[in-house]
Amino acid sequence: MVKRFLKSAAPLAMMLCAAMTAPSGGTAARTYNEAYVHYSTLIPAFARKYNLPCSACHTAWPELNAFGQAFKDRGYQLGNDRDSPIWQAPAYWPISMRTTPQIHAENTTHQPIDPAPSEKTITQTGVDLSGVDFLLLGTLYKNITFGLVPTLDADGTTGLEAAFVRFDNLGSSPWANIKVGKFELDNLLSEKRFTWLSNNGGFLYAYHYQPAGSVDNYVFGLGDNQIGAEFAGHSINSYTRYSVAVLTPDDGEPGLPSGNSVDAMVSLSQAFQMGGGLGPPRIGVFGYLGHRPTTFDSVGGAPIPGTGSGFKSFTRVGATAQVWFGNLELIPLVSHASDDAALGGSTQKPEWNTTLLEAHYVATPRLLVQGRYELLRMSKQADPATPKTFGDVDALALGVRAYPFMFSRAGMAIHAEFAMTGTTGMAPLSGDGSGVDAYDPATKIWSRSLFLGFDFAF
Amino acid sequence: MRPHTGWVSFRSACGVVLLLARATPAPAQEAHVGNRTGHAKAGKPLYQRYCVGCHGQDGDGNGENAAWIDPKPRDFTTPVFKCRSTPTGTLPTDADLFNAVTRGFVTTNMPPWRPLTEQNRVDLVAFIKTFSKRWQTAKPGAPLTVPPEPVLTIQGILHGRELYQRMECWKCHGPAGHGDGPSAHDLTDNKDNPIRPYDFRSGTRFMCGETNQDLYRIFMTGLDGSPMPSFADQLKPADGWDLVHFLRTLQPLQTREAAIWREWVATHGSELKPIGPEGGGR
Repeated sequence: MVKRFLKSAAPLAMMLCAAMTAPSGGTAARTYNEAYVHYSTLIPAFARKYNLPCSACHTAWPELNAFGQAFKDRGYQLGNDRDSPIWQAPAYWPISMRTTPQIHAENTTHQPIDPAPSEKTITQTGVDLSGVDFLLLGTLYKNITFGLVPTLDADGTTGLEAAFVRFDNLGSSPWANIKVGKFELDNLLSEKRFTWLSNNGGFLYAYHYQPAGSVDNYVFGLGDNQIGAEFAGHSINSYTRYSVAVLTPDDGEPGLPSGNSVDAMVSLSQAFQMGGGLGPPRIGVFGYLGHRPTTFDSVGGAPIPGTGSGFKSFTRVGATAQVWFGNLELIPLVSHASDDAALGGSTQKPEWNTTLLEAHYVATPRLLVQGRYELLRMSKQADPATPKTFGDVDALALGVRAYPFMFSRAGMAIHAEFAMTGTTGMAPLSGDGSGVDAYDPATKIWSRSLFLGFDFAF
Repeated sequence: MRPHTGWVSFRSACGVVLLLARATPAPAQEAHVGNRTGHAKAGKPLYQRYCVGCHGQDGDGNGENAAWIDPKPRDFTTPVFKCRSTPTGTLPTDADLFNAVTRGFVTTNMPPWRPLTEQNRVDLVAFIKTFSKRWQTAKPGAPLTVPPEPVLTIQGILHGRELYQRMECWKCHGPAGHGDGPSAHDLTDNKDNPIRPYDFRSGTRFMCGETNQDLYRIFMTGLDGSPMPSFADQLKPADGWDLVHFLRTLQPLQTREAAIWREWVATHGSELKPIGPEGGGR
């Protein structure tokens, strides 16, 4: 039985926790943890351009407040007729950089080690680096926005996290904007503007979970930047927002590796003139319909990129909110996910539900205390023989961010965080450890992160 | 033994009185817009978050970014405000300040803060009013009543053009409204900072609004703290509207005023005298 579960989980474990072979035939050393290094988006370049402090656009950077959201919705424009680059000093260069030197400890229970079937709790600790995000975002001209985010990981790997152009206010209407390229999906709870940095805390299972047994070429994360085109709009104060995106079925990987199909994402949200809190309360819904190939043409046994066929669908739907009680912000999110049986790698369509509640207490613009609890429950396994609880997740995160200064040129945060994730049977998708599932599928594996870092951007 | 209840009661009463005295704050500065009441206490942290970088801790317009900003941020300690519905020299209404925060000031660094909740903005107004004691000793002026806009006619536009010449608007705003009149380069505001007159080519909005009513209000109240005076004593309401209709023809917009004006100029353009030192309007 143990072997059967290991076998069923092996593709996922390989996909998530080890190097995987890209459909292009080349080897892309892409692990999930690497994919989440790039939290991106706080842009001191905007602060320099407009002479506004970080706190104008961020509740506590990098999370956007209502004003920052409206600024982003307008295409990084304030709308005061000084948005075109012609108003900037010629020396102005729209670039910011962000990195996080850190001390962190990772502790993961029930990790298989040699000789099999030995298990132990693995603890990894030390001083580490997050890599660097280069954030180039701004306006090419009035109502023409661009974004370019090259990344440099601490091990020297480079990437392109975002690259897009956006045409804003088409027909002089805020309701019509189109963005083309690689960009973050319109998630109300943004993973790119996360205030969580540890391996366990900086990971939303609602956005990234894939059940055991999923086929190799099925990779998807709602929090991953995707490639495609997005048509979006908003009311003048951005209280009403919508977006519709058509996307390639490649989870943001360039080169069209999958084949000829289309994903789609829809999101709607509405804020209300209520209460005296730090921002308006908002509710929103989202839905993602994706497709992934189940077969490829091949040569010499290797798949030929772009020849995927037999596309099968998966869905993610959810609702979220943002509620303020004075300086306390609550962000609940519920979602339901299901995959086609062929993507699940067995006979049934796997289904699961997630619920999370994130709380931010913004004591001042320079002090944030935060917590999050997330649970994920499998409602149907792909393999009927799999225990119902296999893959269930409980995740807790607590953190404090203190900003020693807050002005319009750069930002720094002293960030402390503790996060722990319990996963039944599976190697935790977040955290470190050996990356191999426990021998006993009923075992609850706990992965814990303790993090102290200096998060700065300029 | 029975305790000294009388002494205890007296001490308790004193304690309560002292506590009440400590707990009762000085009369809080409030703002009232519509049915909302803003409180300075609630506005203070919002000011620290959004405004302090430009307007400064003391509200004197000397925030850390002020050196890099042109035009300079408003000094709330004076307190002189450009965009008002009240007569020149008087304090603006709370609604005026609320509208200014909401709308922002086009062609300046002051953005529209419309995404903030209305309550946040009213609270900010209440706090802004704490920077000057004048708010405690004087009341806002009576808001100007904007009369109904008359029917648009070419005669009205032409009369407005004559007024633009006669009232010497062109000396600052230029003959064609490009902000390049002979006085344009010597203008300063009430803090001796250089200031430029409005260039009507620059867009759809004015500093204090974008509607015809807003434009009427601007030259009837003047922009206090700037060289733009109030013309309330010189212009009758009908004259004011004629001037509004003419000024609209100077903007690069597809307005009804512009359409009527272009049609008239196509056939009667040669009758126009140039605006300027030698001009006569028509």
